Amino acid sequence: MYGKKKDRKWSPYLAGALAGLLAIGSAYATTKVMGRTAYFGSTTAYVRAAAMIEQKILPVRVEKKEAFKKVKMKDDWQLMLVCGIFLGALAAALTGGAFEWEGVPPMWHKRFGPSESKRIIGGFLGGAVAMFGARLADGCPIGHGLSGVMQLSVSGLATAACFFAGGLMMSKCLHMEDNYND
Amino acid sequence: MTEQILGLVTGILFGFLLQKGGVLRFDRQVGALMFRDMTVIKFMFSAVMVGSVGLQLLAEAGAITMSHTAMNGGAVVVGGLLFGMGWAVAGFCPGTAVGALGEGRWHALFVIVGMLVGAALYAEAYPTLKVTVLAWKDYGRMTLPQLLKISPWLCIAVLWGVGIVTFVWCEFKRV
Repeated sequence: MYGKKKDRKWSPYLAGALAGLLAIGSAYATTKVMGRTAYFGSTTAYVRAAAMIEQKILPVRVEKKEAFKKVKMKDDWQLMLVCGIFLGALAAALTGGAFEWEGVPPMWHKRFGPSESKRIIGGFLGGAVAMFGARLADGCPIGHGLSGVMQLSVSGLATAACFFAGGLMMSKCLHMEDNYND
Repeated sequence: MTEQILGLVTGILFGFLLQKGGVLRFDRQVGALMFRDMTVIKFMFSAVMVGSVGLQLLAEAGAITMSHTAMNGGAVVVGGLLFGMGWAVAGFCPGTAVGALGEGRWHALFVIVGMLVGAALYAEAYPTLKVTVLAWKDYGRMTLPQLLKISPWLCIAVLWGVGIVTFVWCEFKRV
């Protein structure tokens, strides 16, 4: 199904293992440089961005919001980490021949057809529900699934399990009739 | 300023690896949730297996401090399941949505916008959630070795065992 296009990708085992090494190096470097150990995550960056945007539109409301205050609003490290993910992926895709404009992913296309607006609405709603859940669970698959599990955290392991359980239920419901092998 | 640069450089390297690992695609993410395409699982398990050893060594040497979240029952179960359901539709998690956009998957932009709205909605709902779901049962911050009163290295060994069995299964099933 994959690999038809010239896409110089690496083994996911190798890329994952290197990401593990990067997480170790990053934990050490942030402790040395910032005096606190920072772990990979992305939820906080979204909260910061959301608060920054809302501040522009409804400045008074943001001040009052406890949930925004609770997040370390000065966590520039994570915000920059997320910006870096974009740049790193862009660089890898451009140099590796994997860059591709895509409005409707193949699996979505198969289930919901070629409509871009359908995909946009689906992506928007899915994203909103996902982030609401991630905020409630206090982390995403990177924060809990990678950083939490690496630290053998009970909440990390339990949340990662719930992420996949919820995902399995929903994806099975949506893609039940798909025949994968054609 | 060093903090920002450090974050940016680390993010660039991480994004590069996410792309090279091939996990930034809708089909691979949803495929992982359905156990049809295990690329994402292979990537995550490999990272966690390597990372757990290094972090444990650094923590024992006193070079880093562990930092993870509390085991809040309601938050983990309700939030985790909600996230999973949204993930299956969106096809990206918050980190990979940004990476996917870098790979040219422009529909990920609307996932990102949705996520920003989700974060804002959560802030609206927080006062209610704080006295309901979040107040159900909080077991506090703990690690699996602390909970089971065993050596962290035993946990790491089990993690490696589970990882290797998963890898063998993946390769055997060719997923």
